[in-house]
Amino acid sequence: MQSLTLESATDERATGQVRKLPRLHVKAFTGGLIVLMFILVGIFGPASAPHDPNKQELTAMMKAPEGAGSTHVLGTDNLGRDIFSRVIYGSRVSLLVAFAVVFVSGFIGIILGAISGYFGGKVDFVIQKLVEVVWAFPPLLLGITIMAFLGQGLFNLILALVAQRWIPYCRVVRGQTLSLRSRDFVTAAQCLGASNRQIIIRHIIPNLIQTSLVIGTFAMASSIIAEASLSFLGVGVPPEIPTWGTMLADARIYISTSWWMPLFPGLCIFITVLGINLLGDGLRDLLDPRLKRTGSGI
Amino acid sequence: MTNYLVQRLAGTVPVLLLISLLVFLLIHAAPGDPTLMLLGEETNAVEVAKAKERWGLDQPLYVQYLKFLKSAAAGDFGRSFKYTEPVIRVIRTRVPATIELAVVAIIIATLLAIPLGVWAGARPNSWIDNLGTTFGLFGISMPSFWLAIMLILLLAGVLNILPTAGRSTYGIAGPEQTGFYILDSILQKNGPAVWDGLTHIFLPALALGVNMLGILMRVTRSAILEVMTEDYVQTARAKGLRENKVVWRHVTRNALIPVITVVGLELGTLLSGSIIVETVFAWPGSGSLLITALNARDYPLVTGVVMTYTAAFVSINLIIDGLYAVIDPRIRY
Repeated sequence: MQSLTLESATDERATGQVRKLPRLHVKAFTGGLIVLMFILVGIFGPASAPHDPNKQELTAMMKAPEGAGSTHVLGTDNLGRDIFSRVIYGSRVSLLVAFAVVFVSGFIGIILGAISGYFGGKVDFVIQKLVEVVWAFPPLLLGITIMAFLGQGLFNLILALVAQRWIPYCRVVRGQTLSLRSRDFVTAAQCLGASNRQIIIRHIIPNLIQTSLVIGTFAMASSIIAEASLSFLGVGVPPEIPTWGTMLADARIYISTSWWMPLFPGLCIFITVLGINLLGDGLRDLLDPRLKRTGSGI
Repeated sequence: MTNYLVQRLAGTVPVLLLISLLVFLLIHAAPGDPTLMLLGEETNAVEVAKAKERWGLDQPLYVQYLKFLKSAAAGDFGRSFKYTEPVIRVIRTRVPATIELAVVAIIIATLLAIPLGVWAGARPNSWIDNLGTTFGLFGISMPSFWLAIMLILLLAGVLNILPTAGRSTYGIAGPEQTGFYILDSILQKNGPAVWDGLTHIFLPALALGVNMLGILMRVTRSAILEVMTEDYVQTARAKGLRENKVVWRHVTRNALIPVITVVGLELGTLLSGSIIVETVFAWPGSGSLLITALNARDYPLVTGVVMTYTAAFVSINLIIDGLYAVIDPRIRY
């Protein structure tokens, strides 16, 4: 018996299975750290930003970064606004939009998915048709279209991003609910006289939280990129609010003269999204290895 | 098979109908009266009423929608405000540029991603694998438009080796045949023009393909990992085949099916990514046309482009579904 366990252990080591677990933790940990930093900067950063992000210093336009200790650590933009302060304020908008989108779309997606899977029949048919139609739009295009017709603004932006992001939740949750529906604890609850609403809220949805958490992290990464993309295209947040996307849009004309203008906001998007993806990868491997990610960041 | 395809084809009709309804309603939800916008500020109620009657805006919404549907089905989205030409004609001149860009982006992404993924997957947890996996994660997390800007900054601004805007240098390309510059130039045996086209397309295609590259690399890697455990791989090794031959001939071939699936799935993302990348590189495709139309509040053109994109997306998904059966004989509908 002892030799058997020993053998299987060496066998595992040979295929590299043993080293997998610590690496997962490193991934999730690094990602979690980046995300935590992003959240902290988004909440507390603006209070400690060195300058007003919208203050135009026309005597200090397009100043190159001068390193730590100088007045403008990351330089200034074409209107003499401090890039460091703007980047910090930008994280707040990204944070706000991303969390709002993830929660609203998660709420809608989980509820519709649970209803669709639990009741089946006509309700399921209608919800799935809706999913099919919304999903038939190329990603980002629906967002652009909605923003173009509704106009710029934070609320519209969140609406435009939620429009497609509830779908992954809905699809996965529906599938899981279909299998949960026939499990014994649901039957037991039905026998005890619980109403459908009670069963869905008390018994089905709690079982869907882990999977939804994983979907949520990836939805968050994609919302940050989508928010930046829409703001970059000029159909996102109003121009007076500093965000990473609008900063990149401002920087576009000055690429050849001031490299620092596009570099820093873009780097912020990249690192934040990387952190969220790392965290998501780690969470998925730990909580739910069945979920394979195929969608991209957009 | 045929049965399935007919069913799927029939299934897309209601989807397209609902999409057109959605677009139509969005246009009507837009703030501002289009009549006032077209007639200008100095107008009176009689003029407005006349104009409304002329454009059919006085009729009930469902009548307007049916009219819109009827002309849209015939490919008629009206006349562009900005270009004063039929919308469909404007779009037609722009579509080849987008297709060309997307095709080159896919080629770049697959050519880099598959070898990287195979390499990483065949040696799990080696330094090559770690490097490849990190690279894949970077690709997924990269905002393509930022990469586009950085590529312009580095390769065009600092090193000054590649052009950053447009599809070709003025005057170098021959007469237009297909609308695909590179293909045209090859057909006309115009060497310098082919090279010119390639230098123009390289940066935008790279920026557009980077997300797909990351995803494909990861999918290839995990597919390889899975196939490596199959019995026939063991058999191939037992036969005494060299590891390289085992990986490339036996493992890779069988691992490619999910990879092809993902190429199909990601086409849509690529399509919408083109909107933003084209804008950065001033690429004269349908994506930058959409942004131009939006900024000009050219609603007929916006509707036309959105419907074109969506129809393309829906048909691509349909074609990919059909292709699976051809690629993988195990799939039966």
